Amino acid sequence: MMQTGSEIPQTALTRIDLLLVASMVENNARVLDVGCGDGELLRLLSETRNVDARGVEISQQGVNDCVAKGLSVVQGDADVDLADYPDNGFDYVILSQTLQATRNPRKVLEQMMRIGKRAVVSFPNFGHWRIRWQLGLRGRMPITENLSYAWYETPNIHFCTIRDFVNLVQLVDARIVRAVAMNSSGAPMRVNAPWWAWNLFGEQAVFLLERQNKD
Amino acid sequence: MAVLLLIKRSVRKIEQVEPQAGLLNDSSSDANPSLAEAVEPHSQVAVFDGSQPLAMTAGVSLSPFTIAYQTYGVLNADKSNAILLCHALTGDQHVANSHPLTGKPGWWSALVGPGRPFDTDKYFIICSNVLGGCMGTTGPASINPATGAPYGLDLPMVTIADMVRAQAMLIDRLGIDTLFCVAGGSMGGMQVLQWAALYPERVFSAMPIATAARHSSQNIAFHEVGRQAIMADPDWRGGRYLSEGVRPAKGLGVARMAAHITYLSDEALQRKFGRKLQNRAEPTFSFDADFQVENYLRHQGSTFVDRFDANSYLYVTRACDYFDLAGDYGGSLARAFLGAKSRFCVVSFTSDWLYTTVESRAIVHALNAGGAPVSFVEIATDKGHDAFLLDEPDFIATTRGFLRGAARARGLSETGDAKP
Repeated sequence: MMQTGSEIPQTALTRIDLLLVASMVENNARVLDVGCGDGELLRLLSETRNVDARGVEISQQGVNDCVAKGLSVVQGDADVDLADYPDNGFDYVILSQTLQATRNPRKVLEQMMRIGKRAVVSFPNFGHWRIRWQLGLRGRMPITENLSYAWYETPNIHFCTIRDFVNLVQLVDARIVRAVAMNSSGAPMRVNAPWWAWNLFGEQAVFLLERQNKD
Repeated sequence: MAVLLLIKRSVRKIEQVEPQAGLLNDSSSDANPSLAEAVEPHSQVAVFDGSQPLAMTAGVSLSPFTIAYQTYGVLNADKSNAILLCHALTGDQHVANSHPLTGKPGWWSALVGPGRPFDTDKYFIICSNVLGGCMGTTGPASINPATGAPYGLDLPMVTIADMVRAQAMLIDRLGIDTLFCVAGGSMGGMQVLQWAALYPERVFSAMPIATAARHSSQNIAFHEVGRQAIMADPDWRGGRYLSEGVRPAKGLGVARMAAHITYLSDEALQRKFGRKLQNRAEPTFSFDADFQVENYLRHQGSTFVDRFDANSYLYVTRACDYFDLAGDYGGSLARAFLGAKSRFCVVSFTSDWLYTTVESRAIVHALNAGGAPVSFVEIATDKGHDAFLLDEPDFIATTRGFLRGAARARGLSETGDAKP
């Protein structure tokens, strides 16, 4: 596997996540990937969907990997540097497996909805039954295959459940265009499953959002 | 890897130097070899006669004028592999060959050469001495054809835009339409930004490094100290020292000493010199150079005056001071880059307090606002502003990667040929 500069370890599940995120982006779009790591998603998008791909990445190694791939990536912090981007500069702003590592997820999401016509957000669901099991019954902070850090060293400081996220979407005046939850084997769950089922059995979630008031 | 280990450090690397006795006390009235370079440079020259005047920002036209330049590598058949490297304040065209006056390696030997990021086996690399310089391009030490004497202060004030317009005329002369890349650090980076603003269609990719889109108040202040040091030297003679057979070596040396501090970081100076004494166990309680750092600075001052002209220093520092790209576009830097199609890679260094990361981010912000493809990297180093001249592995990796990506987009093969 390629060495990645991002804080989040690449696993088979995050790879499926990339494919799912990519499937939500239309061809030839202008795309900003926030927390783009080593640029795998951007490369996937530019190769398969001919998008104008840009990225923001906090780690030096990640930016170097991206620049070496010929991608246009700016070293920066999602919490701070999204303010520099003009309104409506992009068709899609993507936040893949990064929301839980930001200091202010609400502000980050608001910035994304300002910069992009649409936003794609993927995140690990803290409401998954395995996590509830570890916290609720064992009384320990959860450590799973995909969330492998101990509580004292994790970069993931703002976990949320799928239901929490749906609530945040309403707070930032956005609308859910599409939502997909994946179970632990990476298979998308039935579309007509109720929220509570997604929240219990979805290990990952991917949301496609757009502004409530399109201007 | 062995090759990497052999990369020579740049001339400005902090080095131990021999004790400097009475550095700036002797008046150097002997012939200055740098002035010979101003008239007869050890490089190629392009002369632009009366039919091709240079329209200068000051509102006058300069004619005739000369550009001294070096090239490395071979221009490919469809002239798509040319890179223009822009030198910094006191740099010159000798980017990757030994310097004709000092014998030291070229100022960017760490990045330019066979197998280096600016690969001379792949690209055709051009570097010209800036307008106002003293290494063969028309500057204050050049002969004014109207008088037969050196221009001195009769040369019109030079701006970064003037430097760039002159370079564009050289690129025309070389028959090149679009440059594959324009790159440079510090004042060289200002020229890169100016190129992107003036000739966006002629710049395929651009690397402004350790630079700013405008000179800050602090930057201007430091330059003014240097200029006043030169002008306060009795041998400056109102700028006519060449005609009068003297040189303001003391003033220029002090200017260089002050400027040199701004190129380094507190941390690097502390690590290298601390409060260490120069070849003595106890301080002498005199104004000798007791401290190693004093000795080092005196060395920087004294070697500089052997290769640089004082009036030229006035002109190039002033060109930086007047640089305010946003100011030329109604106060909006984004407007300067409106419609820019060039691929940009902006680089800053964490310990550079002369051209800070904040300045680089302002450039990135403006480029993003205009929708230009831009990458930005802040390299972690304690070497200060001078880091852009040194063998910084992360910086070299970034440069290599950016150029490779741009070469692919430009359709250049590994040997620099245009792919069919």
